[in-house]
Amino acid sequence: MDLIVREVSHRYGELRALEAVSLAVRAGETLALIGPSGCGKSTLLGIMGGLLQPSEGEVLTSGPLPEGCLNPFTYIFQDFALLPWRTVEGNVSLALEHHGLGAGERAERVASALALCGLAEFAHAFPKQLSGGMRQRVGIARAIVVRPALLFLDEPLSALDAQTRELLMEDLLAIWARERTTSIYVTHNLQEAVRLADRICVLSRRPGRVKEIVGVEVPREERANAEHARALAELQSRLWDLIRDEAAVADREMQNA
Amino acid sequence: MPETRPVPFRGGGFNPAGWRWASWIAFAAIIAAWQLSSSSGLLPALFMPSPLAVLEALARLVETGALTRHLAASLQRIALGWAVGTLGGLAIGTAMGIFAVARSIGLPVTSALFPIPKIALLPLLILWFGIGEPSKVATIALGVLFPTIISTYTAIDGVPRNLIRMGQSFGLPAAMIVWKILLPGALPGILSGFRISSSIALILVVAAEMIGAEHGIGAFILAAGNLMQTDQLVAGVVLLSLLGLAVSFGLSRLERWLLRWR
Ligand SMILES: Nc1ncnc2c1ncn2[C@@H]1O[C@H](COP(=O)(O)OP(=O)(O)OP(=O)(O)O)[C@@H](O)[C@H]1O
Ligand SMILES: [Mg+2]
Repeated sequence: MDLIVREVSHRYGELRALEAVSLAVRAGETLALIGPSGCGKSTLLGIMGGLLQPSEGEVLTSGPLPEGCLNPFTYIFQDFALLPWRTVEGNVSLALEHHGLGAGERAERVASALALCGLAEFAHAFPKQLSGGMRQRVGIARAIVVRPALLFLDEPLSALDAQTRELLMEDLLAIWARERTTSIYVTHNLQEAVRLADRICVLSRRPGRVKEIVGVEVPREERANAEHARALAELQSRLWDLIRDEAAVADREMQNA
Repeated sequence: MPETRPVPFRGGGFNPAGWRWASWIAFAAIIAAWQLSSSSGLLPALFMPSPLAVLEALARLVETGALTRHLAASLQRIALGWAVGTLGGLAIGTAMGIFAVARSIGLPVTSALFPIPKIALLPLLILWFGIGEPSKVATIALGVLFPTIISTYTAIDGVPRNLIRMGQSFGLPAAMIVWKILLPGALPGILSGFRISSSIALILVVAAEMIGAEHGIGAFILAAGNLMQTDQLVAGVVLLSLLGLAVSFGLSRLERWLLRWR
């Protein structure tokens, strides 16, 4: 499913968070959203998925829903947002329980999502018993179990250590290769953006505007290969040049000023 | 090789790990000292009976069936009053945690009514409901209601907003968000509110029974005092202590079971 953002602006009271943002996400692609901190990335993501009402502008979709889709706009959260009183299985099943599936089909869907995320043997564990990486895998399983049309990820890996991040990136790539879910991926981490995205949308500092949209030419499957390391590093430093000055200014701004 | 010195250890302490037998030994010592003072005549039996005398009084209460009668009367009032007050408090507190209107009305009203010692309302409630059971049950229910409202409301308010957003993002209907996210998330706070409300119920049942009741532990203690039967009186007090301990033990078990995910 395509997602079209048209002239979206957003204000929190007096504070202008987004200004006339327009962009289109194409079905099947992964779009990374980067920009200095506080530039409105999370705000934009919330507006895109219908969790936040924009002050101005509109968000539209076009194209068919994927087969078996239960929740078209689905989020994966930075802080995982798991219910601590539910087991891994229960957390994933939460997303299905109000859809009136039979108990059998629900259990089947949950089991296959858990298997896909390498969680099968943790089905009955509580979140507190899991490592950060495993917790986010539960968040990912909960998202894919509803077969989303659009997947919104708000810094999904930034609460994790570098090694876990590396492993989870591979998991995400494998899942995208299988499901081809259209995804919007907010990150601070340029390396993540360059590894995971088909296109990278750079936002300016607050109020956030689209500064540039950069395509990543190297096919996703080949990005781990040594021959592309140089091209990707160059892309990364180009992105850094784009946001460096903005980030420096944003860093000196008072919060909520 | 240069001279070496060990790094001095400065951790340790500030870590009171319970000593399992200490409490039993302390209890035994206090009771033994009490018994000794009584036997030696230091404590006049009229004002303070010996532990043995209290034990005998308790045994007589069991034999005559008076214990069952008084305990049953008190427990019935507590159970009914606590249940009514708790259900009302959960409902109102939840509404205040969710709806802005309920909160704007509920907060000032609760703040105004909460500080009233509810036993002061018993005469009024007797006028309304008569001297029988309903006025006592209503006193307990009122006493339980307000702390339950406050603990429920606070607990629901403390459920992380991001969990609610998560529920919305998965399209959960509002009722499911309340039932599957807000209430379980508030459960720890609600359960610790039960501790407070159950001790209030115990206080109020005794007070209400002292004002006007035939049966019940409060009535029994008052009657014993009027007759200067201090052994019976202290037996009644011991009974109250045991009752409080039993409730607290039950709540701990409930917490451990319901909050095993913590
Ligand atoms: N609910 C809110 N009320 C008021 N101001 C807000 C609110 N949410 C965000 N803001 C402000 O709006 C601006 C954009 O916030 P947003 O969270 O979208 O930025 P972000 O790019 O996601 O930041 P970060 O990189 O820190 O995650 C920030 O200055 C923030 O302080
Ligand atoms: Mg953010």
